[in-house]
Amino acid sequence: MELITANNIIFALLSVVVLGCGLLSVLTEKLMHAAFYLFLTLVGVAGLYLQMSYDFLAAAQLSVYAGGILMLFIFAIVLVHKIGENSEHVRMGKKVWAGIAAFCGIAVVLCTMFLFGNFSADPSTDQFTETVNMELIGRTLLGTGKHQYLLPFEATGILLLACIIGALVIANKEKEDKE
Amino acid sequence: MEITSIAPWILLLPFLMFIFLGLTAHKFSGQTSAKIGTTAFGIVAILCYYVAGRYFFGNFSVLDANGFEVFNKTGEIYNQITVFNWTWMQMTENLTIHIGFYLDPISAMMLVVIATVSLMVHIYSYGYMFEHGHFDEGMSRYYAVLSLFSFAMLGLVLATNIFQMYIFWELVGVSSFLLIGYYFFKPAAVSACKKAFIVTRFADMFFLIGILILSYHTQTFDFDQLNADNAKHVLDSFSITDGSRGITFLGFPLITIATFCIFLGGAGKSAMFPFHIWLPDAMEGPTPSSALIHAATMVVAGVFLVARLFPVYSFAAPEVLNAICYIGAFTALFAAIIAVAQTDIKRVLAFSTISQIAYMMVALGVARFGNHESELGFTASMMHLFTHAMFKAMLFLCCGCIIHCVESNEMSKMGGLKKYMPITYWCFLIGCLAIAGIPIFSGFYSKGEILTACLENGYTAIYVVMTLTAGLTAFYMFRLFFHIFHYEENPEYATSHHKPHDQGWQMTLPLIVFAVLTVGFVFLPGFNNAITATRTYMEMPTNWTVEGISIAVALLGIAIAFFLYYKKNEKPANIMAKCPALCEFVYNRMKIDEIWYGITRSFIFGVICKSIAWFDHNCIDGFMNLCAWITQKVSLETKDAQSGNVQQYVWVFIMGVVTIAFLALY
Amino acid sequence: MIPVQFYLVISTLLFFIGVFGFISRKNLIGLLMSIELILNAVNINFVAFNRYLFPNQIEGYIYSLFIIVVAAAETAVAIAIIMNVYRRMGNETVKSIKELKN
Repeated sequence: MELITANNIIFALLSVVVLGCGLLSVLTEKLMHAAFYLFLTLVGVAGLYLQMSYDFLAAAQLSVYAGGILMLFIFAIVLVHKIGENSEHVRMGKKVWAGIAAFCGIAVVLCTMFLFGNFSADPSTDQFTETVNMELIGRTLLGTGKHQYLLPFEATGILLLACIIGALVIANKEKEDKE
Repeated sequence: MEITSIAPWILLLPFLMFIFLGLTAHKFSGQTSAKIGTTAFGIVAILCYYVAGRYFFGNFSVLDANGFEVFNKTGEIYNQITVFNWTWMQMTENLTIHIGFYLDPISAMMLVVIATVSLMVHIYSYGYMFEHGHFDEGMSRYYAVLSLFSFAMLGLVLATNIFQMYIFWELVGVSSFLLIGYYFFKPAAVSACKKAFIVTRFADMFFLIGILILSYHTQTFDFDQLNADNAKHVLDSFSITDGSRGITFLGFPLITIATFCIFLGGAGKSAMFPFHIWLPDAMEGPTPSSALIHAATMVVAGVFLVARLFPVYSFAAPEVLNAICYIGAFTALFAAIIAVAQTDIKRVLAFSTISQIAYMMVALGVARFGNHESELGFTASMMHLFTHAMFKAMLFLCCGCIIHCVESNEMSKMGGLKKYMPITYWCFLIGCLAIAGIPIFSGFYSKGEILTACLENGYTAIYVVMTLTAGLTAFYMFRLFFHIFHYEENPEYATSHHKPHDQGWQMTLPLIVFAVLTVGFVFLPGFNNAITATRTYMEMPTNWTVEGISIAVALLGIAIAFFLYYKKNEKPANIMAKCPALCEFVYNRMKIDEIWYGITRSFIFGVICKSIAWFDHNCIDGFMNLCAWITQKVSLETKDAQSGNVQQYVWVFIMGVVTIAFLALY
Repeated sequence: MIPVQFYLVISTLLFFIGVFGFISRKNLIGLLMSIELILNAVNINFVAFNRYLFPNQIEGYIYSLFIIVVAAAETAVAIAIIMNVYRRMGNETVKSIKELKN
């Protein structure tokens, strides 16, 4: 089995981007930088989806996460942060404690995976080619049969509506109080 | 009307009245409460008379536990019938506590006594509590407790089993406590009610021990079973035979211990020496309640208890009866001597009550089953109980009238009241003649029978003591009488705009009723028809020598009292001056109270209580404090965990999950 | 062919990077970002399992879609709350919401 294929190189690059930018995003002291690194991480994750040839999911990841949520973050940072104060110093002790927790977690999960994780999935093909077609996704989301998700879809719609209203109410509370 | 349908109301009605009056005490004025309470008790009294009348003179039957018809009378013998017997607490298969209604001659007689005295006191209190144009604030409370007392006393005499009796026994103790402490703002009343409660509770402890020993061995509480067939069941249970005294404990026959303990309970309530100390102090209560509780009904509970278990005493423990009659005789003489030196009129009556109850105890003590002569004491005792209840209640109510006018209990504040209060005067005179044992008046008959019983059964020493006591009784009662109504008129009366006078009809009517009962006792159907140890007709022997001597002694006593106290003179003071120490000693009730106080202070408080208190302070409290201290420390140490810091929570959460995963997987 | 374990390792590392960020960050917006990282790690897991173990079904796929939607909703509300906290307290650090009860 050839080790250096285009596919593998792309995967390696993507994983470096995802993990490296993720790490930078939690370590950097400036929030705006953190948001930027987060953006790169999200794009990397979208790349991983593409590698598994889940195109629509990658598109959703990019548009919703990178396009929507990140914009929210940036708005919030700009609105909330006072200029010149947009950095924070984290005490070393706190980082050590967080590091211990993270390290323990990683150790336990990885050990478990290598000891028990012999998944017998080894497709012969080098890469995934067949993509999930849009019609199937549409039917799955809007169907009512087995393995179809109309009810959660509707519930999500209501959740979003509630979130819009809730966010408005919470953000406007102060104003109403003043009046 | 059926007896079975009436009987429950005799107990229920006073109880419901207690609850009703107690709960509505602040809603109604005292006057309304009094009227409601009196009316309700009037109904109860009518029911009591009806039941007692049907029992003595009528003919009826009830179904017993096995469904057999039981008549009140078989031929000439009155039966002991259980009208109803509710299961109150079923502890185990064998241990069941019943609340029931037990009719036999003595409980029927007690029904009459309680109904009469309590009703009269209900009526009398209405006038007594009405002072200076306004009612006492606590009038509703007073009537509520009066109802409670009536309920408890009726329950006590109607008890089908010794445990029911014990429960009601404690209830009368509580209501007595509440009534003595009625004027709770007076320190003397508070200490008196505590004293009464503690002393009687102390005696009741023995009662309970006695009950436990007796019922442990006999496996029953029922009077029916205990008394049946000459107490055969008790004799068998304690394996008493002609030759042996049965099971022993520390060398004493157990039956003796049990029955003596039960008697001690009775001695506490009936104020026998040395438990008599509470009764004189109990006079701090309102006078009508003294008349009801501490003269006529509750204090004879001890006598009633011994009479109720008389077959057991007579067959199984005659030596306890001996002890009873010696204790009784001593108490009678002792109380009579103290009564001579008292100056508080209610105290005189209190000691006289102790002395007279001791008479009843003596009469029971000398009685045995056997023949008419030996059983005479039982009937004599019950007769004296009845007559004493009537005339002593009357004397107390008279005292109430006098105190109401004079507003003092001290003899020295009185004198020459005859012309101001004629009705009270005559009633008091009748009461004094009755208690002194002058013919025609009720006391003469019962006291004569008691003396006869003593002599006939060979208790000559006791007879002499009792006769001497009779003389003393006549003396101190007439000393009291002359002091109040003759002697020297208190000069304040004539000048006062608020002259002493007879009270309103509510207060004079009871006096007249009791006076009529006392004088008309001879016309009542003879006690020897029913109220006898064998519950059938019994010949009452009359020993004219005994009667003659007792009349002579009584007249002598009256004569001395007349000589000393009819007109103001120096003789009493001269006599007292000759032996001041003795007078002081007797006036201070022979220091018995001080001895008790000494024992309680130095031994109980000093030794037992202090060590218990030490244990409580250091061990129990220490343990509790330790627990509290540990809890406090732990919570102080751990409260930081609740910091509100989300990140800390997440850290703990993640570490917890990791740990659990680790433990679960490896 | 990249074995599934590689995806799982990436997902694990990303998850605990998120945890690390959540615990160590002082700023509330930083906290939210860390949550996004955690959610992404979970998404990768779902998708990878779906792709490798059950290629003919799309349950994991759909689940990921829902997670993305819920994350968007959650972020919107959370940011509204943060704005509110900031208005009241003057800053948006974790300490300022320590005593929410007041």
